[in-house]
Amino acid sequence: MREPRRFGAALVLASLVPAVYALFALASDILRGTRLLGSNPIKEGEHFLGEWTLRFLVLTLAVTPLRQILGWNWLAKHRRTLGLFAFAYGVMHWLVYILLDVQLDLDELVTDVIKRPYILIGSLGLLLMLPLAITSTKKMIARFGGKRWNRLHKLVYASAVLGVVHFWMSVKSDISGPSTFAVIFAALFAYRLWKWRENATRIAPARS
Amino acid sequence: MLIGRPKDLKSSEITPESLYVNRREWLTSAAAGAAALSVFGPAAQAQDPQPVGKPFGLQRDDKPTPWQDVTTYNNFYEFGTDKAEPAQNATKFKTSPWTITVDGMAGKPGKYLLEDFIKPSTVEDRIYRHRCVEAWSMVIPWRGIPLADVIKRAEPMASAKYVAFTTLMDPKQMPGQQLGVLDWPYTEGLRLDEALHPLTLLATGVYGRTLPNQNGAPIRLVVPWKYGFKGIKSIVKLTFTDKQPKTAWNTQRAEEYGFYSNVNPAVDHPRWSQAKERRIGEFLKRPTLPFNGYADQVASLYAGMDLKKNY
Repeated sequence: MREPRRFGAALVLASLVPAVYALFALASDILRGTRLLGSNPIKEGEHFLGEWTLRFLVLTLAVTPLRQILGWNWLAKHRRTLGLFAFAYGVMHWLVYILLDVQLDLDELVTDVIKRPYILIGSLGLLLMLPLAITSTKKMIARFGGKRWNRLHKLVYASAVLGVVHFWMSVKSDISGPSTFAVIFAALFAYRLWKWRENATRIAPARS
Repeated sequence: MLIGRPKDLKSSEITPESLYVNRREWLTSAAAGAAALSVFGPAAQAQDPQPVGKPFGLQRDDKPTPWQDVTTYNNFYEFGTDKAEPAQNATKFKTSPWTITVDGMAGKPGKYLLEDFIKPSTVEDRIYRHRCVEAWSMVIPWRGIPLADVIKRAEPMASAKYVAFTTLMDPKQMPGQQLGVLDWPYTEGLRLDEALHPLTLLATGVYGRTLPNQNGAPIRLVVPWKYGFKGIKSIVKLTFTDKQPKTAWNTQRAEEYGFYSNVNPAVDHPRWSQAKERRIGEFLKRPTLPFNGYADQVASLYAGMDLKKNY
């Protein structure tokens, strides 16, 4: 399949939809007493944005396998959009937590970070995405050089693992949500491992 | 089955309308506190039932949580782990005929039809505070009978120290029981003195109406000074015993959910603070009260106990 026309613009618009919905629904529920997000809109909005962070991480990591399997090489240039949206949703998730959930209560924030490992793990996962977001421009890629840039951007795997662990540790007993993400990420990782081994065995005989 | 309003409920015992209808006054005070962030709680719909009942332990700014929230935001894992699911999945749940078994160390064990189980007692409407272990809270107008009535009729033996409760086991009707999220059927328990406390209720209704299925129909436990999960739903069995009974959440994660589970702002859940709570419909969190505001009535039950150990 060739790249559909205006795919980039459509992707950006589509990626904005959950965020616009979440922010509109949160504002409406809090200020106007609607129940778009249910009876506990702050918790629901927080979870909604957190799950979309993981979904965008999945999409980001699905670009390479899709490109290679289907031959859609044009997808590659949109990986940055998806990665930046993963980061943006993570930041929104974190902001809802700090501003609306913890409500800037420093005591609660400090005890949360110290005493609740899943908060620390989630924050770390988001923090690891920060250098990736900063180095996502063409200029930065050129400055880093492809090899070093690629190595740095392997951090996204750590973010994905930390994100799933964070989700897993936060649920009471129903692990269906986090385990679904775990399986999808495991498949995406396995593909890379398989690709990497295949390349290694192909290269090895040539060297001997 | 509709359990009627008790004949002896005087109109003076019903919460004054101003307490729950006069939102404006409350809004003014909330607006003063929240300044620019003036916050409106979810609106009660005109066609929704009005809260009825005598307030118990309500604080000055406590007003009943709207019907819609009470009946659509439910933790009832038998019908799904998402809080909106019980209202969707429990619509066809069959609550009549309903049989309740009383067994164990009781002088008068027996099997009763729900109607006969309730009949000897006076049904009362009571407005209680409700605090979930997940740090949200509501104010709920329950309708029910004191558990003490039922216990006295069963004549527990002197050696009985606890009463255990069991929920219906019916995976066909309760799809959540097909999943391994808890060790089904749901079980709960109280020490006998807790069970006999006049605040402990067996609820058969809410907002003056028959209990909706998603709220634990046809009969559920309400212990207002304990975290909500102690309020076992759709009860089919009461067992008197001399050993501390096994309870569902304690079996699932003992370090997080104790047998007592009294509301206590000073004892955190391992994964979150219990110091504050979000009242459904409110923006700013409010402080959680020891024993959920019922300390005067129940703290003596736990005199001399280390509440950090006996969480």
